[in-house]
Amino acid sequence: MTNKTAHPKAGLSRRGFLGTTGAFGTALGIGTDKAAAQQSGPDVAAGDQPKITLNVNGQRRTLTVEPRTTLVEALRDTLGLTGTKIGCNQGQCGACTVLLDDRPVNSCLTLALSVDGAEVVTVEGLADPAGKLHPMQQAFAEHDAFQCGYCTPGQILSAIACIDEGHASDAAEIREYMSGNLCRCGAYPNIVAAVETVRDSKEG
Amino acid sequence: MRNFAYHRPRSLSDAIDAASVAGADILAGGTTMVDLMKIGVREPDTLVDITGLSDLEGYDIGTDRIRFGALARMAKVGDDDALKSAAPVLTESLWKAASPQLRHAARLGGNIVQRTRCPYFRDTAFVQCNKRAPGSGCAALDGGETNLHAILGGSKACVAMYPGDWAQALIAFDAKVMTQGPGGKRTIPFGDLHVLPGDTPDVETILEPGEIVTAITVPVVPALKASHYLKARDRESYAFASASAAVGIEMDGDTVRDARIALGGVASVPWRAREAEESLKGGPLTEETAREAGRIAFAGAQPLEGSAYKIRLGADVVAGALMTAKSRVKGAK
Repeated sequence: MTNKTAHPKAGLSRRGFLGTTGAFGTALGIGTDKAAAQQSGPDVAAGDQPKITLNVNGQRRTLTVEPRTTLVEALRDTLGLTGTKIGCNQGQCGACTVLLDDRPVNSCLTLALSVDGAEVVTVEGLADPAGKLHPMQQAFAEHDAFQCGYCTPGQILSAIACIDEGHASDAAEIREYMSGNLCRCGAYPNIVAAVETVRDSKEG
Repeated sequence: MRNFAYHRPRSLSDAIDAASVAGADILAGGTTMVDLMKIGVREPDTLVDITGLSDLEGYDIGTDRIRFGALARMAKVGDDDALKSAAPVLTESLWKAASPQLRHAARLGGNIVQRTRCPYFRDTAFVQCNKRAPGSGCAALDGGETNLHAILGGSKACVAMYPGDWAQALIAFDAKVMTQGPGGKRTIPFGDLHVLPGDTPDVETILEPGEIVTAITVPVVPALKASHYLKARDRESYAFASASAAVGIEMDGDTVRDARIALGGVASVPWRAREAEESLKGGPLTEETAREAGRIAFAGAQPLEGSAYKIRLGADVVAGALMTAKSRVKGAK
């Protein structure tokens, strides 16, 4: 698992949107007071619509956001990737889980502007180009690890991270490290079984 | 969410300048800030995103002291085997908090100043909240539900409970908080960081506007190695504490040389239980003395109708945690 800390691409993207189009140049001038103008780094005013760049499922995407746009909103509404779901919208259910620079996070609590330049993996990015399911997707299907399916994309991404991080040694540890994903249909036993199956197949 | 201006400083001094402006709030992991912005409890004019300050992300486990950069992520630090060996209470109070997703986003500096989960604070439909709107009253005390509220350190104006876990380990072990602000750098003993609600529950810490936490340090003492964080809650995981205890023990033969106890899930601020610690020093650590320490820890509790259960639960958690810490003392039977 890569261990990215700061986003090395973020600075490049911002210099890109700052320097190139004149339209953005004037937009940044609006609303900034003297103190802000003295600061280094770009300012985005409340009414601005800056562009950000994300690597989503291996593809570079450029999109326009507002400062208040969350990552899940950007993925669903702007990029049309509706596999990631909004459950509680407060970071309490995990339905919105995506992998952000290899880390499972709640995309509903992530501001898109703050992760400019990051790599995002959503459920749509798991199957291979030919449509062959990711082993975790396959295991969820084989173990009937869902009923309504609403929590499932988030569960699958958390499950992938759970194994990659080495937190799937036994059922108790799987439950602990999957505890950020709630399932109102109660598919938990089958979810745990699916994770165990993938874990065992990697070790075998 | 109300829209806001966004600034991403490239240096700490830039961040301090930006954060000092009235109406500016700091954004790090965002797990509290974005949450509160969505529900209208925080409405900053400007968010100052400090996640670009990568110098603050490191941490170091030394033999004399452990130093955590304020931007280190909870998940990364909580997964560190060397830390688990050196200071179990610090590791346990990290991984028992929140969920994996939240821990991967959340940073240590933000974690220690997290806000209360009081449902009246979090729901702007409740007009009465002295913490959110000074002078407006307290919906909990004015005939509301009090099952999640503080039985230690509350006031007539506010009984909101401090919900954090890691802070209990820090206050128990005399951590220090390094900050930098418009007035320069300072070091704050962890116990001085948070202030009791009193008449001004809207003021939670002594941090000045623009003052940014840069690091947290913990001195290494023998009790840190024989330590434990026990968290009792409604669910096995991913829930705030109903009552918790961060403890550590140093033994000299059968006699307690050092005892550290802090209480989570029961107080308005991180809570060091010094009288309980003193009750153990110089004597044996048995189930009896552990239970007595638990009782003493809650002797000053002011129970509310809904949260009176925390007295018995909290005392039992202290006792249980102490016995686990005892089993971790080197050479323990």
